[in-house]
Amino acid sequence: MQDTLELTELDKRLLNLLQGSLRLVPRPFRMIGDELGMTEEQVLVRLQALKEAGYIRKIGAFFNSDALGYRGTLVALKVKPELMEETALFINQFPGITHNYQREGEYNLWFTLITPNERLRQDILAQIKALSGVEAMMDLSARKKYKINVQFRLK
Amino acid sequence: MEITELDKKIVRAMQDEMPLVAEPFKLIAEEIDSTEDEVLARLKLMQEAGALRKMGAVLKHREVGFAANALCVWVVPEERMDEVADIMCRHMAVTHCYDRNVTPDWPYNFYTMIHGSSREDCEAIAEQLAQETGVTRRTMLYTGKEWKKTSMSYFV
Repeated sequence: MQDTLELTELDKRLLNLLQGSLRLVPRPFRMIGDELGMTEEQVLVRLQALKEAGYIRKIGAFFNSDALGYRGTLVALKVKPELMEETALFINQFPGITHNYQREGEYNLWFTLITPNERLRQDILAQIKALSGVEAMMDLSARKKYKINVQFRLK
Repeated sequence: MEITELDKKIVRAMQDEMPLVAEPFKLIAEEIDSTEDEVLARLKLMQEAGALRKMGAVLKHREVGFAANALCVWVVPEERMDEVADIMCRHMAVTHCYDRNVTPDWPYNFYTMIHGSSREDCEAIAEQLAQETGVTRRTMLYTGKEWKKTSMSYFV
């Protein structure tokens, strides 16, 4: 990330708007521009610059795994500190692992796993549980999802 | 809703970055031998059915000033779950709220992801949530090293 690009007031309004929603219309960026008094071209150029400067993780579609026939879970591990790196890197190799974070506390490594079927899910979890660095594992499946809405209001 | 073969193609073509061009859906339609109208119609259906959860941007939270984040987990009485969730979900600083399984080792059944500018900020938000809900038993799991963070690739 470059530190050279400071967010202007207009950038903040643009990013606030874009985090809310991009419309499903043929020219969505023109609609964003209309709200901000910018042209479609200005919106696209500025977004490209903000992306290159490292402010944006992703612009696009976010799908719901359950509705697509997938199942997700959160798993917590107690990992021996001296084996943390090799344990974390082993877990990273599976494409269905989307987040893998160290956290403070007794359970010190937490990952999310999304799988298309139960067999694959069980297989991956068994491989991880068998690692020599793993002292305990908890599979913390969701019973209900009340909210997923990652938005940061920029002021 | 039933996910059709066309839907799967749309998901595959759209799950990464959207092209920053004037007519992105037209470009995506061309890639998968469909039409802009058809792609937009299916996406609208997926959105109504909840399969498309969001169209838009997700920012890098650290870069935009939210340097601290904590997974704050709570012990919520089962009979108060919906009511407590409702209160916590209303906060902008809380981006995720899930009810999850407990284990013999782990009594926490409600998970909130809290984003703040600092640890003190996260603590203050958690304290406010505790006051508003009356739920007092919680623990803050601050995020350390991020070993992996990606979007899921479906239907590959």
